[in-house]
Amino acid sequence: MNNPPDISPVEHETEEYAHEVRRHVRGYLMVGATLIAFTIITVALSYVNFGTQKANVAVALLVATFKAGLVAAIFMHLSAEKRLIYRVLIFTGFFVFGLFWLTYLAWYDPVHR
Amino acid sequence: MEIPYTVSARRDTGLWNAKVGIWLFLASEVMLFGGLFSAYIFLRLDAGPGDWPHGLLNVPVGTGNTAILIASSVTVVLAWAALKMRDLTKYRIYMAITILCGVAFLVVKLAYEWPQKFDHFGAFIKEDALGKYEQYLGNKHLLEKGLPPRKEITGHLHNKEALKDPNIKEYEIALDPINADPTNPAMDRPHFWPKPATEKIATIEKEDVQYANMFLPKHSAYFASYFTITGLHGAHVLGGVLVFCYMMLPASTRIYRHNPEHLANRVEVAGLFWHFVDLVWIFVFPLFYLL
Repeated sequence: MNNPPDISPVEHETEEYAHEVRRHVRGYLMVGATLIAFTIITVALSYVNFGTQKANVAVALLVATFKAGLVAAIFMHLSAEKRLIYRVLIFTGFFVFGLFWLTYLAWYDPVHR
Repeated sequence: MEIPYTVSARRDTGLWNAKVGIWLFLASEVMLFGGLFSAYIFLRLDAGPGDWPHGLLNVPVGTGNTAILIASSVTVVLAWAALKMRDLTKYRIYMAITILCGVAFLVVKLAYEWPQKFDHFGAFIKEDALGKYEQYLGNKHLLEKGLPPRKEITGHLHNKEALKDPNIKEYEIALDPINADPTNPAMDRPHFWPKPATEKIATIEKEDVQYANMFLPKHSAYFASYFTITGLHGAHVLGGVLVFCYMMLPASTRIYRHNPEHLANRVEVAGLFWHFVDLVWIFVFPLFYLL
């Protein structure tokens, strides 16, 4: 479902390759359709009352994360990428969580806790 | 001297130069948008009840723009696949559609959504004057239902000169439906289809107003973060469109004739950036338009 293999220099293998790429293209189209369907679902769910505002935020972010995961895994080929890319992303993940944690830290009050 | 690894991969990493480059760049982009999103979360969670506006953006337009971006993500990947299949005509068609989608997104944003906001007015009423404007706010009704109070009256400002002229003592507003009929249960939650300002005019005295302005970045923490994040995102869309335009130029066709894989790699890298821009929007849309 990811990177189609590099095109073959041998004539009879080229046809097989083209078939392979076409299969990938079908996958990309399906992912696109899924993303649009989930956009409509997100909008619809935002008009459903899940009890609290926090619950609604959680549901919307869950759907958004799923959609973002699809984009990253399929369109950005992250489901089968080289090791170095994953390493870069692990570092990024670590630092971005640190960043969000700093925001959380801003509410920490050592005097009045 | 020829630069190595522009087309073929290095043996140790299995990657060509631009692939490593774009991912390092995207890592820095994650930090850039991460900082802004964390600021947004901070502002939003710290806002008191009724201080964070809801339902001020046009949801159908936002949904349409989301679909446009998703479609363009599909077409850019199809353009890349067309290059892999050595079909230059198909590549050009998909690339052109991608560019059109990007331009359409920007036009909707800059020529429709933003100007509409700049033309909309809101006045935050002072705490002790809220009762005086109860007929437009409906706070008793909201309190009974356990909903957060309304502190702002919004609509179309009739006397715009009131914003600058200190001698004018009041604002005349053609009210939004929510303030024209605040106790109507249908107004308790934002609507999908936006409704235009009503014919009902309210006069609000300036001395009762804590702060009033058009829907500009300085209007509130909400609009400050909305314009900052969508503005930065829009700049990324523009950047992507420019790169895609370059990839349609004869210079790129020459690269294709020389080595098709070289152009395919460039398109893949530009595509990765474009998908990232799409991915950011997937979070921006629910956070600003829906919640």
